[in-house]
Amino acid sequence: MTHHYREQIKNIANKYGNDRGYLMNIARDIVKELGYISEEVVADLADVLNIPMVQVRDMVSFYSFFPRKTLGKNVIRVCNAVIERMKGADEVSKAFEKALGVSFGETTKDNLFTLLHTSCIGLSDQAPGALINNVPLTNLKPTDIPQIINDIKSGKNVSDLPQSRVLLNLKKEGEVICAPMESGKAIRNALNMKPEEVIGEINKSRLRGRGGAGFPTAMKWDFCRKQKSSVRYLICNADEGEPGTFKDRVILTEYPDLVFEGMTIAGYAIGAKEGIMYLRGEYAYLLDNLEKVLAKRRHLGLLGEHICGREDFSFDIRIQLGAGAYVCGEESALIESLEGKRGAPRDRPPFPVQKGYKNEPTSVNNVETLCCAARILEKGGEWFSKIGTKDSTGTKMLSVSGDCEHPGVYEVEYGITIENLLELVGAKNTQAVQVGGASGKCVAPKDFGRRISFEDLPTGGSIMIFSKNRDLLEYMYQFVEFFVEESCGWCVPCRAGTTLLEKKLRQILDGKGTAQSLAELRRIAQTIKLMSRCGLGQTSANPVLTTIYDFADLYAERIKEEDGKLMTFDLQKAMKVGIEASGRIKEGVK
Amino acid sequence: MSMNVVTFTIDGVEVKSAPDKTILQAADDVGIYIPRLCYLKDLPPGGHCRVCTVKVNGRPVNACTYPVAEGIVVENNTEELHSLRRNIIEMLFVEGNHFCPSCEVAGKCELQALAYRLALLTPQMPYLYAQKELDATHPDVYLDRNRCVLCGRCVRASIYLDKKNVFGFENRGISMRISVNSNDGLKDTNLTKDDKSMSVCPTGCLVVKRQGFTIPVGKRPYDKKPIGSEIETKTVNS
Repeated sequence: MTHHYREQIKNIANKYGNDRGYLMNIARDIVKELGYISEEVVADLADVLNIPMVQVRDMVSFYSFFPRKTLGKNVIRVCNAVIERMKGADEVSKAFEKALGVSFGETTKDNLFTLLHTSCIGLSDQAPGALINNVPLTNLKPTDIPQIINDIKSGKNVSDLPQSRVLLNLKKEGEVICAPMESGKAIRNALNMKPEEVIGEINKSRLRGRGGAGFPTAMKWDFCRKQKSSVRYLICNADEGEPGTFKDRVILTEYPDLVFEGMTIAGYAIGAKEGIMYLRGEYAYLLDNLEKVLAKRRHLGLLGEHICGREDFSFDIRIQLGAGAYVCGEESALIESLEGKRGAPRDRPPFPVQKGYKNEPTSVNNVETLCCAARILEKGGEWFSKIGTKDSTGTKMLSVSGDCEHPGVYEVEYGITIENLLELVGAKNTQAVQVGGASGKCVAPKDFGRRISFEDLPTGGSIMIFSKNRDLLEYMYQFVEFFVEESCGWCVPCRAGTTLLEKKLRQILDGKGTAQSLAELRRIAQTIKLMSRCGLGQTSANPVLTTIYDFADLYAERIKEEDGKLMTFDLQKAMKVGIEASGRIKEGVK
Repeated sequence: MSMNVVTFTIDGVEVKSAPDKTILQAADDVGIYIPRLCYLKDLPPGGHCRVCTVKVNGRPVNACTYPVAEGIVVENNTEELHSLRRNIIEMLFVEGNHFCPSCEVAGKCELQALAYRLALLTPQMPYLYAQKELDATHPDVYLDRNRCVLCGRCVRASIYLDKKNVFGFENRGISMRISVNSNDGLKDTNLTKDDKSMSVCPTGCLVVKRQGFTIPVGKRPYDKKPIGSEIETKTVNS
């Protein structure tokens, strides 16, 4: 059976050498040309690539950015993450619904607009925001919306709208990431050393992974290098998806050279010829500039064949765009996604450094980690190790959002207390600070003396501030909703558990819970934490687990039981319809 | 000690095993039952159900994928793990639509048998009552997703044993479902009722048509003995 777009699909697949490994790119291009991936397209694409249809469907049905039904000419994705809702995303959403006359998930009759919600798009410091045709709009006000719709209808480009402006919001420049740099200097220093010595220098710096887990970078590179294999890969994890984090957006905008410099050094250290940057789909608007920087670096001899004239070192970088799946920030899920599959994490061992991309040894490093590595090769491990604390050397880029005067990105030394940070960003009357995003920890005022560091309060960079007038548990509930949306579904505790947790928490927040419900909530949360397959699952119950003790009063307030009993079912009310229908209306039943 | 043997303990019992085995395989070999649902001997492990979670040196890991190692301390039959595993089975009962009394596979269903073995009573977690699709298009088999636990056995069996790719997954999170290799149901796939993938389903999700109750109730595998006893009663001679 042939369909009318078969030729188009053939051409797209051909562009990628009909390689199944490029299924993500092929799917992206198909969506760009056809607007969506129908069942017909799934069948055609499977046929063209000579793979089972069920595998194509498996992959495309996983990602938010591969629609399965036809969408409108303009796709509006309003971000409804926690900070955005604190800053009025609900009102903006309503304004869009009103202006378009459709609800979320629907397309206007004239097929001009589809209205959708999306998770955090990395713009919490200028919330509320939205992506229209992948172009970001920021600081939206409900009153802006009718004009925006009219402008698009009259043919104006989204990028020409006044709200299409991403502020840099770099509020504090530190000495590691934000210092001035001379392209190529760190690479030349590295190339004057043996790869083992480069790893030694990183070891001296005591650099730890900036994604949040804090694994020693030198150890990771060393493991990877020592694997017996002729092919190794270096991957830069730029899938910054943790709600409330946007520091990579700033790094990739302002310091792309530093990132690529770090990737090249890492490639040299582990013995890789190919580096891949996995860039989250929501940051597609950064792609053009990043490609330009890569081209410039190739031109300067800092990428490609024989880097800096060295016969024995060639290394190049390609950028892979994601397609809207938080779990792909998990390194093994990221690798699955890179291979053109659903982003389901792998069981470990084997670890990616043993069997990663295409089953070859692979080092996956955070954007910021690679920046630090470049600096270390520029200024020395000794220099780096003197910044920060003993177990957390260097600086940390923090994305600060929520209830404070100066939201934005701050490069601070490790070891800063929450108290000092709150002062720095102009936060007053603070009820709680969410450190590390939805999967992180909700910190109560009694702990504001604690320090941002691997040994105390680790974070990938997300800091969300809630002032005292906020209904904190409602925001925790929204975090739980986020995990329901983003669970990959592979394992039971995360797939079913997050939904059950959401239901139980809702019941309690609605005043329909008993002390028994609280025990149930804890039981579900513990099961998710201890039994889930990957980091996403294991941390998805944290919004509950980190508030249930420190904010016990907030839960207790919602429990309205007497003598261990709670009226959750109103018999009279439930029977009213039936009684009326039967005509047996008695006194007292209203 | 030989290089080809590693020694470790499971609940304090010393276990010897070849070094290339997983904890679950090594336990099976010596007659120690680690509860499991998605694992099936002869298939690569899927890591879906997490029922076989044990603690290795205090840390929860998946027994069907975690390799044995010299000196590791494995906890299996503890009250904590027992209740965590029961919680997972409970999650599956409220996630799907399982009606044991009227189900053809009652008594040979591994989900039901695990619920008995782990002493699950009436679920306290909220039922989800999800809408799930039934595929009865195939002349000889039907696929009732209401009973599916997404163990992925049919997916793996079709790929690795039948070399066919009849099954796969679709969607993510709570919307994840078993999907089939056609645009229009099982009838357009090359599945036959004799395929290995048809015999691996732990529940009554994949069933052969016109073949109900061939084993009478009372004579089904788990009617008299709990699940796992086939491993525990194994004679150990190694």
